[in-house]
Amino acid sequence: MTGASGVNTGRIIRRPHRVIPGFGATMGLTITYLSLVVLIPLAALFLEAAGMGPAQWWGILVDPRVLASLRLSFGGALLAALVNGVFGLVVAWVLVRYDFPGRRLVDAAVDLPFALPTAVAGVALTALYAPNGWIGSLLAPLGIRVAFTPLGVVVAMIFIGVPFVVRTIEPILADFDRELEEAAITLGALPFQTFRLVILPAVGPALLTGVSLAFARAVGEYGSVIFIAGNMPGISEITPLLIVTKLEQYDTTGATVLAAIMLIISFVLLLAINSLQKWRRRRTEA
Amino acid sequence: MRASVIGESRLLRWTLTAVALAFLGLFLLLPLAAVLAEALAKGWDRYFHALLKPDSLSAIRLTLIVTAIAVPSNVVFGVAASWAVTKYDFPAKSLLLTLIDLPFSVSPVIAGLIYVLMFGLQGWMGPWLQAHDIKIIFALPGIVLATIFVTFPFVARELIPLMEEQGRAEEEAAVTLGAGGFRTFWSVTLPNIKWGLLTGVLLCNARAMGEFGAVSVVSGHIRGLTNTMPLHVEILYNEYDLVGAFAVASILAFLALVTLAAKVGVEWWHGDELAANRRH
Repeated sequence: MTGASGVNTGRIIRRPHRVIPGFGATMGLTITYLSLVVLIPLAALFLEAAGMGPAQWWGILVDPRVLASLRLSFGGALLAALVNGVFGLVVAWVLVRYDFPGRRLVDAAVDLPFALPTAVAGVALTALYAPNGWIGSLLAPLGIRVAFTPLGVVVAMIFIGVPFVVRTIEPILADFDRELEEAAITLGALPFQTFRLVILPAVGPALLTGVSLAFARAVGEYGSVIFIAGNMPGISEITPLLIVTKLEQYDTTGATVLAAIMLIISFVLLLAINSLQKWRRRRTEA
Repeated sequence: MRASVIGESRLLRWTLTAVALAFLGLFLLLPLAAVLAEALAKGWDRYFHALLKPDSLSAIRLTLIVTAIAVPSNVVFGVAASWAVTKYDFPAKSLLLTLIDLPFSVSPVIAGLIYVLMFGLQGWMGPWLQAHDIKIIFALPGIVLATIFVTFPFVARELIPLMEEQGRAEEEAAVTLGAGGFRTFWSVTLPNIKWGLLTGVLLCNARAMGEFGAVSVVSGHIRGLTNTMPLHVEILYNEYDLVGAFAVASILAFLALVTLAAKVGVEWWHGDELAANRRH
């Protein structure tokens, strides 16, 4: 996901170097600010975590409570990202292709999770899905409990991931060359065949990017999840909450190592997705 | 909208539209409605009473102060970074872009934790800070730092694709005609990017006012002192003061709606001056 915008300037036409003044000032400011706010503090985390021995790392990692929280955070985020992948594709498709009253309003509403504070989303979702809430009371007779269960965690993760998928696919769908579709139809393809064989391959990379963005966001999500989760250790406790709990119990070491583990898993996954994208792009271009 | 080409039946189009609307209604609209319903559950009197409590007011004030420091800092950084990335060629540009995006893939809780490790009592600079009687963690500076971290990439992310698209020709012309760097930025670049910049500021601002996880770790939750609005929502909620929690939440939700409305307005009237392929 990171740097996936693939910005690549002036590689083809080499303009004279740095005609525009201000390189030193802007680059200096960028690097300084980036280092102070992001790089040095993050390095501090990894240095601190690296200071612990392998035995300590192992001890923290194999704690059943830690393992359960990692399973919930990464598993829940994956499930939520996949749900968003399916419905996000439908939403983007409908918003780009169809016209209906209030379409612009609906399009604007997609950004709501970007703008709405996570804590507000958290208390609102809890109120909705609690056994006496608007949705919870409908589900309760069916024996489905959402709030205060792992299912509630997934619901909150779906909420915050919606815009990532929709907003990544929308421009690709809008720019899609209609002539390819027309050609497919002319050649006798059925609507679903056209979708599966012509449109989906074109949208695929953006879909994967959107899903991985939603996934990355959901893994680290805290505010919207902790209210609806119920936070039972080993059952509905996410890793970020466990980090906070350790910190509040003055177990800075445990919190630091757990944070490092979480970051490493996230980065490895994102790196894998990025490489997969690059490999695919190379293969299709070849 | 353009007519569909792939010739799906009317029934399928209606079904897809219904599925999309139901999904968005269920996950986006209903929570918003729930906030208002809960806030006003006991009537307007109780609503305003909850909002005008001193703790609520001081939470609102702190949030405004934090936002007023964090957003301008990130605007200055975002503009400088976008300028550096798009107006010059240099090695390792894609690495720099990756690093600018980094805060998006770090859990807010970890964002808070790294500052505790740096500035907390047991942290790297803890003893020195204590000796000089400087408080960062459990005080305003820590909250501002955590907020800056999580809102770090917003402005740059909005500006870089836009400035990339606009190229360098206009700036080069201005420089050739004798304008200095700052003059070039002020009279040539800024007018070109102002709407993209505004969109970035809106998103940055919304996230800054609403940040919860990162701020929660560094704030210490001292009522009336280090409680921002989102933290105050949590405290009231955990005390079963539902009207109070949802009243403060409704203010935040209202601010979110204003942000969205402003963003839609910019896109509606100045959409052609934004980057063609928006990405978040």
